[in-house]
Amino acid sequence: MFRSLLFIPGNNPSMIQNADVFPADGVIFDLEDSVDIKEKDNARNLIGNYLTETSTYPSMVVLRVNQVDTEFFEKDLGLLATGKIDYILLPKAGVDSLGILEEKLVEYEKQYDLSEIKVLALVESAKAIIEVFKIAKHKRVEGILLGAEDLCNDLEIGRSDEGTEILFARSRVIYACASNNIVSIDTPNTSISDEAHLRKDCLNAKNLGMKAKSAIHPNQLEIINEIFSPSKKDIEWAKDVIKLAEDNIGKGAFSYKGKMIDKPLILKAEKIIEIAKQFKIS
Amino acid sequence: MKIGIAGSKESNDCLVTVKESKTTNIIIDSIVAAFFYDQIKAVIEETLKELNIENVTVVVEDKGALDYTIKSRLVSAIKRMEKSV
Amino acid sequence: MINGVKRQIPDDLKAFEKSDAFKKIKRRLINKKEKQSQTVFFDNIEKAFDHFKIVSGQCLSFHHHLRNGDKVIEMVAHEIENRNLINMHLAPSSIFPNYTKLVDLIKNKNVTNIHTNYINGPVADTVSQGYLDGKLIMNTHGGRARAIESGDLKIDVAFLACPVVDRNGNGTGAFGKTACGTLGYAISDLEYARYVVLVTDTLVDELEDYQFDGTYVDAVVVVDSIGDSDGIVSGTTQLTKDPIGLKIAKDCALLLDELDMIKENMSMQTGAGKTSLAVVKYVKDIMKQKNIIGSFASGGITKSYVEMLNEGLFRELYDVQCFDLDAVESYHKNRNHKAMSASEYGNPFEKNPVCNKLDFVILGATEIDLDFNVNVTTDSLGNLIGGSGGHADIAFGAKVTIIISPLIKSRIPIIKERVTTVTTPGSDVDILITERGIAINPIRQELIEILKNSDFPLFTINELFDLSHRITGVPREVGHESKIVGYVEYRDGTIIDCIYQVKRFQ
Repeated sequence: MFRSLLFIPGNNPSMIQNADVFPADGVIFDLEDSVDIKEKDNARNLIGNYLTETSTYPSMVVLRVNQVDTEFFEKDLGLLATGKIDYILLPKAGVDSLGILEEKLVEYEKQYDLSEIKVLALVESAKAIIEVFKIAKHKRVEGILLGAEDLCNDLEIGRSDEGTEILFARSRVIYACASNNIVSIDTPNTSISDEAHLRKDCLNAKNLGMKAKSAIHPNQLEIINEIFSPSKKDIEWAKDVIKLAEDNIGKGAFSYKGKMIDKPLILKAEKIIEIAKQFKIS
Repeated sequence: MKIGIAGSKESNDCLVTVKESKTTNIIIDSIVAAFFYDQIKAVIEETLKELNIENVTVVVEDKGALDYTIKSRLVSAIKRMEKSV
Repeated sequence: MINGVKRQIPDDLKAFEKSDAFKKIKRRLINKKEKQSQTVFFDNIEKAFDHFKIVSGQCLSFHHHLRNGDKVIEMVAHEIENRNLINMHLAPSSIFPNYTKLVDLIKNKNVTNIHTNYINGPVADTVSQGYLDGKLIMNTHGGRARAIESGDLKIDVAFLACPVVDRNGNGTGAFGKTACGTLGYAISDLEYARYVVLVTDTLVDELEDYQFDGTYVDAVVVVDSIGDSDGIVSGTTQLTKDPIGLKIAKDCALLLDELDMIKENMSMQTGAGKTSLAVVKYVKDIMKQKNIIGSFASGGITKSYVEMLNEGLFRELYDVQCFDLDAVESYHKNRNHKAMSASEYGNPFEKNPVCNKLDFVILGATEIDLDFNVNVTTDSLGNLIGGSGGHADIAFGAKVTIIISPLIKSRIPIIKERVTTVTTPGSDVDILITERGIAINPIRQELIEILKNSDFPLFTINELFDLSHRITGVPREVGHESKIVGYVEYRDGTIIDCIYQVKRFQ
């Protein structure tokens, strides 16, 4: 389970050596868009050596490889040999590219004797948004990350502060993930110094149903973690409901503060407590 | 002459230049030389040995890079040298 | 002999024993200077040198309130050079990077002894390289006041930059073209120097409010300019954007809250660095959230504290030096923004110095060791890069002293087996907060007790030391030349460590 995923540029030693220090639930080491085409080899080397040699790496390691149709894709996957990578984040994900990745992963898992590598799919084209339910059904895919910048380029539209232009895409991703019990991950906010905007953007995504958000700067993590965690109020409510449910065993429904509580709400309360426990929130 | 360059002079990084030469020379200019000169030299020597590389001049301009960063930059520089014409 | 922080000290010196040893000693006071009925006025420094018959071997003192914009120390330095005075003893409260004239004077033996509380830049390098013929004594802010009042540091003539002076010799820094706010570091010089010369560029008829009392002032030198206002403000008014610094600052504020230190009537002091400013912001957020009103903040005062005073989060500010123009302005206009002298701030022999009333202080370190001793005097090569300032004073006085620092700076681990130079004894340092974990001094079991069931990443300092070495490798011991270039004098006047000439590399 994760609330926040931090992108770290694959060729930036200062950021990489502190990857485990930032309060991200997971770190995405990026070999794709944040790395210049002439530096792909250098970044791959650096991430490879870092993962091999350091004992202080993040608890959840994601590698964003280059697209399946580039010369870098297979070499990037070679970093699986480090045995430290939990997830591959596949850019420009679609049913076809997932198929190609699947084949390679089977091969590498065998070659390096790895346990199953999980996949996060980055959906960032109109086509991907249309086939997102198929993507979500793929057995390796454990989360779908919406890439709004590339999507809007594909649609030839700009981005707005309110994000109405991505409402449809967000909703598709959320429904696809919720119906397949995987994690929906919101697009990163590109304004790194406007905290008020980040907060609004996070709340907007969370209220629609997003379960996590990606970050492109460590200073965004605090707000993301706060908003994608259950609030103190939620936790108090959940604790009260669970206690009352125990006191009212056998009754189908009971009332709490003037509202009827039944099975779905008790399950919701249990889920809140479970998440709070995992993220050490009380 | 064949030459390969990798890395940068940003903090915690290093710029490594590798050139063909008659013998192997290692030149280290590091902001932390007083504390880590020997360790930086050892990483370079071990990496050259691992890759079976001899007769190169390696120049490392270091801004406090950790061992794995130095090794990565050196490996990239060598590969780039081998590709150069 | 070996002193109380396990350092080798020459046998003929008073060795540091422990930080509260001064309690067994009686305060020594020389007579305050005789008050003057007549203050004389000159239009250049040369005339003051003639009038007070300044000769070789004398001690001249200065304050550093004009910081990197100060021109007075350079004026005096030129006069020393022009007259070819030798073996002079200078006692500026700090030495900043642009006081470059002193480099020549040291190399030519015009200046052979120095007392100061902080030293950085070319002059520091010159001393580290062994050029000073006599010794450099590094005091604390409170210790300098003690040294002056006790006669341990005898000042022949104090040249005190003063932004505005009136016809009676009264002076203030609260306004004027080189306004710098309070002049707290110079009060001991004013009261105890044999002669006091104010150097100003703004003369007025009569001041209603003043910090320098004209009855102590023998002469006033009026010059075109005593300083560049650009160099006077320290510049750091932005809090850090560095995510590591922010993380440390946030953890610091949360830890203070967990320790129940953020409460009604609290008092605090922090440095003026970018990470300290972030701590202030996070503490402020918690105070607002909990509706807390603190009693005071002290120290060098910055804009962020001025805002808290104005928002009613603190009742008073005690200010020994203003770090930015907002602080200068506030000191000028707000009655609750009060000046304090260095003695009132940190002199161990004052009855109740401000440092002793502090609940908690947040300080930096260039190194900290396994005994929690802190070095802010030299870097890990032994080069002088700072000094105690108020570090050792407030670490002693405050109930809880917290050091904040990244565990690793450009591959150099901050934790050493032994610090290169001891500035502040580990017995006065309680908590170290780094981005990779928090260590609590084992002598503070009650703090460990409160925190042991919390979610904070607590480690022993040895564990953090090992962790940093796993990341960086083990740094080589650098060592030093055998020549002692100076001493770090603890606030009570005992020697806590020696400063050595730095090693020459081939």
